[in-house]
Amino acid sequence: MAARQDLYQHPDYYLMDEMLSDEHKLIREATREWVKRDVSPIIEEYAQRAEFPKQLVKGLAEVGAFGPYIPTEYGGAGLDQISYGLMMMEIERGDSGVRSTCSVQSSLVMYPIYAYGSEEQRRKYLPKLASGEMLGSFGLTEPNFGSNPGGMVTNIKDMGDHYLLNGAKMWISNAPFCDIAVVWAKNEAGRIHGVIVERGMEGFTTPETHNKWSLRASATGELVFDNVKVPKENLLPNKSGLGAPLGCLDSARYGIAWGALGAAMDCYDTALRYSKERVQFDRPIGGFQLQQKKLAEMITEITKAQLLTLRLGQLKNEGRATTGQISMAKRNNVNMALEIAREARQMLGGMGITGDYPIMRHMMNLESVVTYEGTHDIHLLITGMDVTGLSAFK
Amino acid sequence: MKILVCISHVPDTTSKIQFTADGAALDAQGIQFVINPHDEFGLTKALQMKEAGLATQVTALIVGDASVEPTLRKALAIGADDAVRIDARPESGNQVAQWIAEYVQANPYELVLCGIESIDYNGGTVPGLLAHRMGAAFANACIGLELSGTNATVLREIDGGKEKLTASLPLVVAGKKGLVEESELRIPNMRGIMAARTKPLAVVAPSAVAAQVVSKRFEKPVGRTSVRLIDKDNLGELVRLLHEEAKVI
Repeated sequence: MAARQDLYQHPDYYLMDEMLSDEHKLIREATREWVKRDVSPIIEEYAQRAEFPKQLVKGLAEVGAFGPYIPTEYGGAGLDQISYGLMMMEIERGDSGVRSTCSVQSSLVMYPIYAYGSEEQRRKYLPKLASGEMLGSFGLTEPNFGSNPGGMVTNIKDMGDHYLLNGAKMWISNAPFCDIAVVWAKNEAGRIHGVIVERGMEGFTTPETHNKWSLRASATGELVFDNVKVPKENLLPNKSGLGAPLGCLDSARYGIAWGALGAAMDCYDTALRYSKERVQFDRPIGGFQLQQKKLAEMITEITKAQLLTLRLGQLKNEGRATTGQISMAKRNNVNMALEIAREARQMLGGMGITGDYPIMRHMMNLESVVTYEGTHDIHLLITGMDVTGLSAFK
Repeated sequence: MKILVCISHVPDTTSKIQFTADGAALDAQGIQFVINPHDEFGLTKALQMKEAGLATQVTALIVGDASVEPTLRKALAIGADDAVRIDARPESGNQVAQWIAEYVQANPYELVLCGIESIDYNGGTVPGLLAHRMGAAFANACIGLELSGTNATVLREIDGGKEKLTASLPLVVAGKKGLVEESELRIPNMRGIMAARTKPLAVVAPSAVAAQVVSKRFEKPVGRTSVRLIDKDNLGELVRLLHEEAKVI
């Protein structure tokens, strides 16, 4: 399949570029250049074949998309949170599945090792994760514990010189080819701890999840632990309890808020360009009121989301972004992107369902994004709890 | 050996060009600026030469006001060692050539790589003028370059073919695609962008040089009009239109 030329230009209705530094803009343009060169020409074909384009791992590492905010002494780029967000935005503009790989590697594997790990763990794993030599996955969700991760049954038992890990994790991005997994499990006292499990440990398997209609260019699987002996030095020593994995999710959800914005802007940009080229009743369809309503509402929602997300980035840089604020942005942006994808798909008519345009792929990908890392409904309850002080979870 | 790469800061090739209401200047609102594509081939070639051990330093230079600095930072992020900005808003190629020549006189470079033209105003006079003022050899339309000691072998594009030249350094090259291929162009990575923060960027005051050519007014080309079909039995009308309206015969 010959890929269409990627003509993407981001909409900037409120001149928000003026609020970014020159360095932020360079980071965004560099990431976009890479996506246009290495992702856009091949992604549709891989998504159609339901195959992860493994060759992108090297490129993602070279660009610096693995742990951009991890300090340089551990192999990261030492950039700020807005830079991380802009990169996720550009990468998801290409494909949510590729962005998912980066989110998992950066926020769910490198972040906990950096924030909760020992110095030895940092030095052992972070440089290899940043260079793409190692790929990681994150095990929190279980078959019977999705929105309620605190109920997990995966467990570790202290056997004196090692821990014995048993249980299973489900819906795990990167699982089928991960080299290491950061796995959350309860100890004998019911306290949640993170352990680093390495491929090759006896009893550790990663069966792939097939037949997905979403994130088809990203590999998803299970992490299965059958009496896996985990060395004691693989326990993350500096934080335990449900707050530890939730801290990782805050970082990943922040990146997703930016990423979904990228997918929305790609759908809008595609639909806008198409509406000016596609002629019906002797004029471009962009001249008709019903199409203009769609485009006007899209750019309004995108502009609102751009403002929300940049402000969240400023707060994150200052260490002031709360879980509630991140939930609001993740929920708003992903839903906004999904609705824009559906409207944009309609504007392209029959062409919208083909792989000649990115919209249907974005739309199907976003069905996962609106569900993972806290469902649309759960984030609503987080906001509800935040403003009322009353939990509606139980 | 040190290489100077002269760069123009130009609108991205996909930009929609508008002029200010009086037609006196480009309206830069909403325009994204990039390294002039012909210059980017030269920059990449210079970095390859340094990596091959043929050069010790690659300097990127732009004549422009502070608004061009992001373009210099990008050159640094890609791998240039240092950058120079000659602080002026040039009106004419003779000024740019004179200012760069003065800079090179004070800070000698054995090899100067320029692009064959800048894609903004389609200027192509600087490399030749610069070589003349430096008293250096000049190779135009360069699509290949090899160095051996103080000698260079240059491949030039000429009408209907290619020409191979040898020259001794110092040498000014006006290059284009072929110096390197598009697939060899580099995208800055995050570590490069971080490193660019601390690389030196010198700002040099220009001497007084009068512009020899001054732009008065810019206009966009008239858009294409629709096709008019003339009946094949009515050749007289075709001749009349070509003569009276199109004025081509």
